[in-house]
Amino acid sequence: MTDTGTALQPKRKGLTRRQRRGLSRAVQYAVFAAAVIAFAVAADWGRLKNQFAQGDIARQMFPEVITLALKNTVLYTLSGFVVGLVLGMVIALMRLSSVGPYRWVAGVYIEIFRGLPALLIFIFVGVAVPLAFPGTQIPGGTYGKVAIALGLVSAAYMAETIRAGIQAVPKGQMEAARSLGFSPARAMVSIIVPQAFRIILPPLTNELVLLFKDSSLVLFLGVTLEERELSKYGRDLASTTANSTPILVAGLCYLLVTVPLGYVVRRMESRSQEAIR
Amino acid sequence: MSRAEIQVQDLHKSFGDNHVLRGIDLEIGQGEVVCVIGPSGSGKSTLLRCVNLLEEPTGGRVFVGGTELTDPDVDIDAVRRRIGMVFQQFNLFPHLNATENLTLPQRRVLGRDKATAARIAAENLARVGLADKARAYPSSLSGGQQQRVAIARALAMGPEVMLFDEPTSALDPELVGDVLAVMRRLAEEGMTMMVVTHEMTFAREVADRVVFMDGGVIVEEGGPGQVIGAPRHERTRHFLSRLLDPAMAEVEEEAPDQVGGSGE
Repeated sequence: MTDTGTALQPKRKGLTRRQRRGLSRAVQYAVFAAAVIAFAVAADWGRLKNQFAQGDIARQMFPEVITLALKNTVLYTLSGFVVGLVLGMVIALMRLSSVGPYRWVAGVYIEIFRGLPALLIFIFVGVAVPLAFPGTQIPGGTYGKVAIALGLVSAAYMAETIRAGIQAVPKGQMEAARSLGFSPARAMVSIIVPQAFRIILPPLTNELVLLFKDSSLVLFLGVTLEERELSKYGRDLASTTANSTPILVAGLCYLLVTVPLGYVVRRMESRSQEAIR
Repeated sequence: MSRAEIQVQDLHKSFGDNHVLRGIDLEIGQGEVVCVIGPSGSGKSTLLRCVNLLEEPTGGRVFVGGTELTDPDVDIDAVRRRIGMVFQQFNLFPHLNATENLTLPQRRVLGRDKATAARIAAENLARVGLADKARAYPSSLSGGQQQRVAIARALAMGPEVMLFDEPTSALDPELVGDVLAVMRRLAEEGMTMMVVTHEMTFAREVADRVVFMDGGVIVEEGGPGQVIGAPRHERTRHFLSRLLDPAMAEVEEEAPDQVGGSGE
């Protein structure tokens, strides 16, 4: 897109640098305008409106899409996040341990769960485990299964994030704490980890956004009507009404949460940039 | 100087093949102020860090207040509570304000209650002249102020010995004086101090004894008037002349004073 201008530069010896820059900009705006006009003309607006923006179908989704579907999505996400954070913290500390086998186990865990698709983990927790161990009950029913599946996946990523955060705390902090008489464990808890979390708050929030989206995989566990979250809810309604509007509404509900969260992350990142100076 | 507060016996320390300390013997009496000087790479900071076991010595023994730190079964955290340490880079806890920097270690390590810790914190911030910065975060303090908070943090633990590792080397020149004034007061109050420094004026005026190190050994030690004023050894004279007048140094073919004390 932008290379239309730069590609011209070496050949057009006749133009000054300023003229070339002006020409390049003009071409880029022209291409964009042409694309917008082509789309506007080619699109079947009536059909799109009928399929995706039927007001009465959208209206009949409320308030359930919020009180049930969005609520469940948030619940699944938060429970998975909490499990992932606790497990990730343990794995990160194991990864930094001076005891070899701990480091080794943590490394293997991270490699496995970063390398597998989240969907496969959901199937593993929802299908493979009950098949292999008949009679085992995962506490909390579907909520428990989602918390474990999402937790297992996110723990691997969070462990690496937390480890990087801990290692980003300057070595002098641990030395200062030890010189004051802190034991290694107490220095870690009181001094190092609080600083590490400040550093990793933006990536952890990003992880929350990813989990929010991955919670849609609960679809594959088979849920009751009461346990449906946004994606499943939107899909069910789309098939009963034979219309795509519910998908659009469900999508907007995701964005309702992810866009502000993304904004918060960018704010935190620019603030931590300032703090470094 | 009744009894030896710090005792170092035949201390050796190697980093891989790099033999940084080659047999150090040193005694520092109660209330004594000892300044350790020497060129960079001479092992003076390593020696200081061995005294509270931030570096594990390769050989030899270290005693502080009669307790052997190099004993593998010693409760090192308990001994370190009696040894205050001040770092070149301050190492304040950046997520805590000045008061919290002083209260958190007291509460977590010494188990003091909130009110007592706060009172002792306020006393010590006043002692370094920073009572008005009690709520300031380290990032909003100047280097000199940060270092004074770091001194106050160490003092709040009630140490019997204070170790200073080039406490003014990271400061802008105009801020050095405030930190040295605090240290001078501390010395006058009778604190046992071991100070690694390049501040010759401070060493001359405050130290009871000056130790010159080079190449991982103590080359000469004695009163400041003797070691700084009338050094007996050529290496000491060489070091001091370079320090006092850097512009006088000539380009050397081989640096004779660098023999064993290679790079940092």
